[in-house]
Amino acid sequence: MDSIPLRDGGLFRERRFGVAVAIALVLVLISTMVPAAAVYPPAWKLPLGNMLTTALEFLVEHISFITRAIAQVVQAPLVLASGLLANGMEIPFGNTRIELPPLSWAGIAGAVIWAGYYAGGFRLALLQALGCAYLLLFGQWNGAMLTLASVAVCVPVAVISGLLVGVLAHLRPKLNTWLLAPGLDIMQTVPAFAYLIPTLLLFGFGPVAAMIATVIFAMPPMARVTCLALNQTPVEIRELAKMIGCTERQTIWRILLPSVLPSLLVGLNQTVMMTLNMVIVASMIGAGGLGFDVLRALRQLDIDRGFEAGAAIVAIAVMLDRQGVAIAHLARPAEALRSRRWVWIAPIGFIIAMTLLGAEFGWLQNFPRELRFSTGGVLGDAVRWINVNYFDTMEALRVFVLSYLMNPIKIYLTTTPWIITLGFVAIGAYLIAGFRLALLSVFAFGFCLVDGLWDKAMITLYLCLSATVVATLIGIPIAILAARFDGLYRATTVAVEVLQTLPSFVYLIPAVMLFRVGDFAALLAIVAFAITPIIKFTMTALRAVPADLIEAGRSMGCSKSQLDRYILLPIAFPTILLGINQAILFALAMVVITALVGTRDLGQEVYMALTAADPGRGIVAGLGLAFLGIFIDRLFQAGVAGLQRRSHVNDGIGYEPVPSEVK
Amino acid sequence: MKKEIGQLSDSSVKLSCRNLWKLYGPFPERFAQESQLRQALNSGREFTALRDINLDIRHGEIFVVMGLSGSGKSTLLRCLTRLVEPSFGEVLLDGAPLTSLDAQGLMNIRRHKMAMVFQNFALLPHLTVAENIGLPLKIRGSDTAEINRVVPEMTALVGLSGMSQRLPHQLSGGQQQRVGLARALAGDPELLFLDEPFSALDPLIRRELQGEVIRLQSRLKKTMIFVTHDFNEAVRLGDTIVIMKDGKVVQTGAPEDIVANPIDDYVGSFVAGVDQTRVISCGRIAIPAKSSAYAVTVDDRAKIVEVADLVANSNGPVGVVDQSGHVSGEIDATTVLRMLASGSRERLAS
Repeated sequence: MDSIPLRDGGLFRERRFGVAVAIALVLVLISTMVPAAAVYPPAWKLPLGNMLTTALEFLVEHISFITRAIAQVVQAPLVLASGLLANGMEIPFGNTRIELPPLSWAGIAGAVIWAGYYAGGFRLALLQALGCAYLLLFGQWNGAMLTLASVAVCVPVAVISGLLVGVLAHLRPKLNTWLLAPGLDIMQTVPAFAYLIPTLLLFGFGPVAAMIATVIFAMPPMARVTCLALNQTPVEIRELAKMIGCTERQTIWRILLPSVLPSLLVGLNQTVMMTLNMVIVASMIGAGGLGFDVLRALRQLDIDRGFEAGAAIVAIAVMLDRQGVAIAHLARPAEALRSRRWVWIAPIGFIIAMTLLGAEFGWLQNFPRELRFSTGGVLGDAVRWINVNYFDTMEALRVFVLSYLMNPIKIYLTTTPWIITLGFVAIGAYLIAGFRLALLSVFAFGFCLVDGLWDKAMITLYLCLSATVVATLIGIPIAILAARFDGLYRATTVAVEVLQTLPSFVYLIPAVMLFRVGDFAALLAIVAFAITPIIKFTMTALRAVPADLIEAGRSMGCSKSQLDRYILLPIAFPTILLGINQAILFALAMVVITALVGTRDLGQEVYMALTAADPGRGIVAGLGLAFLGIFIDRLFQAGVAGLQRRSHVNDGIGYEPVPSEVK
Repeated sequence: MKKEIGQLSDSSVKLSCRNLWKLYGPFPERFAQESQLRQALNSGREFTALRDINLDIRHGEIFVVMGLSGSGKSTLLRCLTRLVEPSFGEVLLDGAPLTSLDAQGLMNIRRHKMAMVFQNFALLPHLTVAENIGLPLKIRGSDTAEINRVVPEMTALVGLSGMSQRLPHQLSGGQQQRVGLARALAGDPELLFLDEPFSALDPLIRRELQGEVIRLQSRLKKTMIFVTHDFNEAVRLGDTIVIMKDGKVVQTGAPEDIVANPIDDYVGSFVAGVDQTRVISCGRIAIPAKSSAYAVTVDDRAKIVEVADLVANSNGPVGVVDQSGHVSGEIDATTVLRMLASGSRERLAS
């Protein structure tokens, strides 16, 4: 029986499958006989969190004078940016103080519209104008400018550090495999709240700590894009660099990096969006800005204000993203800025002119209050109306999902003895991806177990799994439908792109408004956030199925649904799995945010550690989340790779391997 | 316009390699002693890309390395430039060992003496035609005045004047490779390495660019190492051709020698696809002269195809004269027919 495993039940005939079943049975037996194997005794808990806290406190005591000094220095550009954009500045001048107003709204709006026109033509200019109009008319300008100031300061730091790390990862592949890549993984999967605490302790409460946390969060995509783009440059380009006698530095900075500039710009755009996302979250711990406005409104159950500020976040996200995409599509962005100076001199001049004029005409300085309007309670009334009139329907939905999907998963995960869950996961990982991944699973789950976080980890998994199931059930049909029609496909692509740029926090607002706090609102928010990768991956994969295969299906007389069932979906399946993988990772990231509305998962542990200023506890819970995320990611990647290996068809076309070793 | 073998034989050797080996496998990159090489060969874990290559490339010739996929021709080119480190043996440039140079020395040689043209052009997508051509000069640190002088000259040389501000993606494949050629020539290198430069182009453009290389070579007299898998291209361009198979040299010689005397069936199968009348010259098939004066004479370097009408219309044998004007032999219609027939017999046999 040397058949390929997993096919035709081949796996079930293999010996390792039998062994796995035997081990599983033994585990079940043990769990019934040994109480400690069912419920982990609290006395066995490792005081890892306390140790970390003690270590950090020692650190804070002895080096915080350095870090606080750094904070003072780092604060300067931040104060300058927020002063220019939102707050105005006071400059000591002899005995008096000169009060400088912030830059004129008219000047900034004009510059933004100009940038839109230059990079994306009339349509983008219109979008930017509408966005500015919304921010101004609804009184969100100041909050938006505060947010923008943080973004403007964080992005250069994140981009430059990401670029350097990416170059290093490209030059030193071993360092990358063993240190940089896992480091970036952890930076992206540990929830930001977790490292906010130590940064708060070290750098003091306020915008600087938020800024550092933001950079940590937003740097990895830039580093990854840089490294990937450099690794993918054609061998010939690298040979060219050798042949014209470039030094290593010239090769990187004058040949390779400029030639992958379009990819780098995509990375830059991602970094901007991640920064925005994090700035919104961080504003809750004292940076100020739109995120803080939304959080305050949510806490006061002020639906109108919450919605307006939330929409402002959406507006600013869309504006930044579309601008970034447009710049990335310019033919020669760097040269365009260098050779045509008026492109950036003109708008700067305009801003200065408007600000100077603002000293004379007050309405140019502060947007006239009379012109502002608000939804004025309309939205709040609407939501109340929905809640009153459709309460039964919504309640029925909520109870249905809770009792038939969520609670069963929750009860299963929280009541099953840990040794069975852990053992089954490890065996599954072994069967799918081999021994190393089984080890990783034991490590990830074991980490949560010995730190006394088992129950919270299970709640986290329960929320993620429920949300992923719901998101898959909704997302895949949408994607199949969208992939069928060109117009719908384009519209969905744009919608998904826009949704993906929105800061995760935004998704909580409508869910909480309609369903109050609790697991179901959390589920909805997670589903809304996690559904985009499923739709995107599925849709793209279906569209990417080779035309000749579709024609083959048609010529056999397949109906549309048969085409989906027998040809499109099987071929797209590995990519769809990757989409689901992304959805789970998105869900894990969102779980932390949903802790704000009172779920009892690892996110809540992190959040409570934040309020208790207990860094060790937060970091441990954050690492637990990160390890779970990394394990799930590796498991899916390995599974997909296995599937692709299995379906790989040798195309039989001879090719000459170009010697890849380049000196 | 192409230089003749007789002229080349006494000119100096520009680039050569001795006992060049390249092995891929789990052992050190370079062997210091032959015993280590033998050991690695016997280990059975290695893949041999080049086996004991010895070549002499003369000053100012187009030296064509011809072989099919996997024959090691690209590896040979890269070992000669040290883009790939040879496992054993040495490469000599003007008699000095290239293989023992340190990184700095190698960089200097590459900056001033070598240039390469790539199969897929390797143009930098973000630079204009002019900037691509000027890149080697910029990297070696030439001043702006020189770059501004050389770049338009090179652009004109390859016939791309007026396109200097375009970006690579706005050019056709043939135009892109012209930029590649101009860039390689911009640094005024002594050695030009061309790695299947025309393989990615369609046949008509390929012929056009082959003509371009012949034209440029007649003006510039560079030493070119030209890798190709197309035997017709090799015959058309090469002063010397080396045919490779499985990492070994099968046959080396002038195109005419190879076409006239393929060493084995492998080479014969390439020769079979060539129009011999365009390769073989009168001198080669001439039989000893029976008289001392002929009414009609032809140059011994003239190709058969060029004199076919003349020979067919003359009433008797046609004299063949060498460069100094002495009669060295004669040909008639029968001689030509016999040559063609012998080629066809080989083709039938194979």
